[in-house]
Amino acid sequence: MTALLFRDVRLAFRAGGGATLALAFFASVAALVPLGIGPDLKLLARIAGGVLWISAALAALLSLDRLFQSDFEDGSLDLIALSPQSLEAASAAKIAAHWLTTGLPLTALSPLLGLLFGLPPNGYLALVLSLLIGTPAISAIGAVGASLTLSIRRGGLILPLVVLPLLSPAVIFGAGAVIASLDGLSNGALGLLAAFSLVSVILAPFACAAGVRLNLAG
Amino acid sequence: MGTALASLEVTDLACVRGDRALFRNLFFKVEPGRALVVEGPNGSGKTSLLRMLAGFLSPATGSIALRIGPDQVVDAEDRGKHIGWFGHQDGLKPQLTAKENLSFFAQLYSSNADAGATLEWAGLSRAADFPVQYLSAGQKKRLALARLKLSERPVWLLDEPFAALDVAGKKLVEQMLADHCATGSVAVVATHEAISIPSAKLALSGAPR
Repeated sequence: MTALLFRDVRLAFRAGGGATLALAFFASVAALVPLGIGPDLKLLARIAGGVLWISAALAALLSLDRLFQSDFEDGSLDLIALSPQSLEAASAAKIAAHWLTTGLPLTALSPLLGLLFGLPPNGYLALVLSLLIGTPAISAIGAVGASLTLSIRRGGLILPLVVLPLLSPAVIFGAGAVIASLDGLSNGALGLLAAFSLVSVILAPFACAAGVRLNLAG
Repeated sequence: MGTALASLEVTDLACVRGDRALFRNLFFKVEPGRALVVEGPNGSGKTSLLRMLAGFLSPATGSIALRIGPDQVVDAEDRGKHIGWFGHQDGLKPQLTAKENLSFFAQLYSSNADAGATLEWAGLSRAADFPVQYLSAGQKKRLALARLKLSERPVWLLDEPFAALDVAGKKLVEQMLADHCATGSVAVVATHEAISIPSAKLALSGAPR
């Protein structure tokens, strides 16, 4: 399945791939918020975790709608479905490729954007850790939505409606972990986030495979 | 090239799309080493039949039996693992080069065949390092043919393989079909064009009773 993983990573960085676009979107949304709120450093520091988490989820969604759709439209998905590997394994590879090209770069960029919010030094570790642990859940849950909407022409508009409500636990625990670390509390948000992420990543490939089979029969 | 003996038997097959029956009471058997050409007007269900044989669509009624080797019936869920698919969409990534596209599928299908040699066979050695978006429609078809050859599957399903191909390209398709069938493998080809290899014909009328 590494063949599919490498291909998707390669495609994400070639012309027309979504990786750099998602990163630029993340940076611009996160940079706009301090401009809109004004120079209230105390307020900005409190909302940094939440805003960065929401921006990351939206940025990841940008490239998610094409996750299965482009392969469906050009017929590659038929060939992938007939390959010796299972559709479950193929879905897992696609989720991993999406996280490597979106979730991981977003996480790496987040401390820089934290600076824009005047995030105190004790918030950075929680911010980076929560995104590192939580973004796989965004890729996994988003992939399930992508597999269900892959044959819909304007699926990119429906996908957020399907996926965003399911991402609310990740946003609550992720942003909560940042707030807790600012207050010097230990509230277990990171643990809950890890549990949520783990369950999503394990279950999503099966749901994706079912969604793809359903659409190939359509 | 598939080397296994294969045969495909279809019993009382029916295809319903929406509330319209495309075909029903379809019986045929493709013996080892034979090719079946499926003809019929647009919308008569040629592509649906191929997608059914590949296992993407479930038949409304009837059954499909694939036998590999002397008499080993393949489970319906495993049928796809024996199918070499050539759809009317090329399944190629425009951003990747011809060679990258082919190598990816060789890896995906765990094929030991040499991608470079297959490209040369398809007449694409000079285009190997071009991104596929710069290839012509005929060259893309040739690349898809090279991929089918690499798949090393005993059952080939081809949907309009001759579209966009030049005379030499059509010869190439007929030659590869002849070579494929010579090993005891089978092929089902949906096409509007005359085909010069020995084959049985199945005509879908597009108007079932």
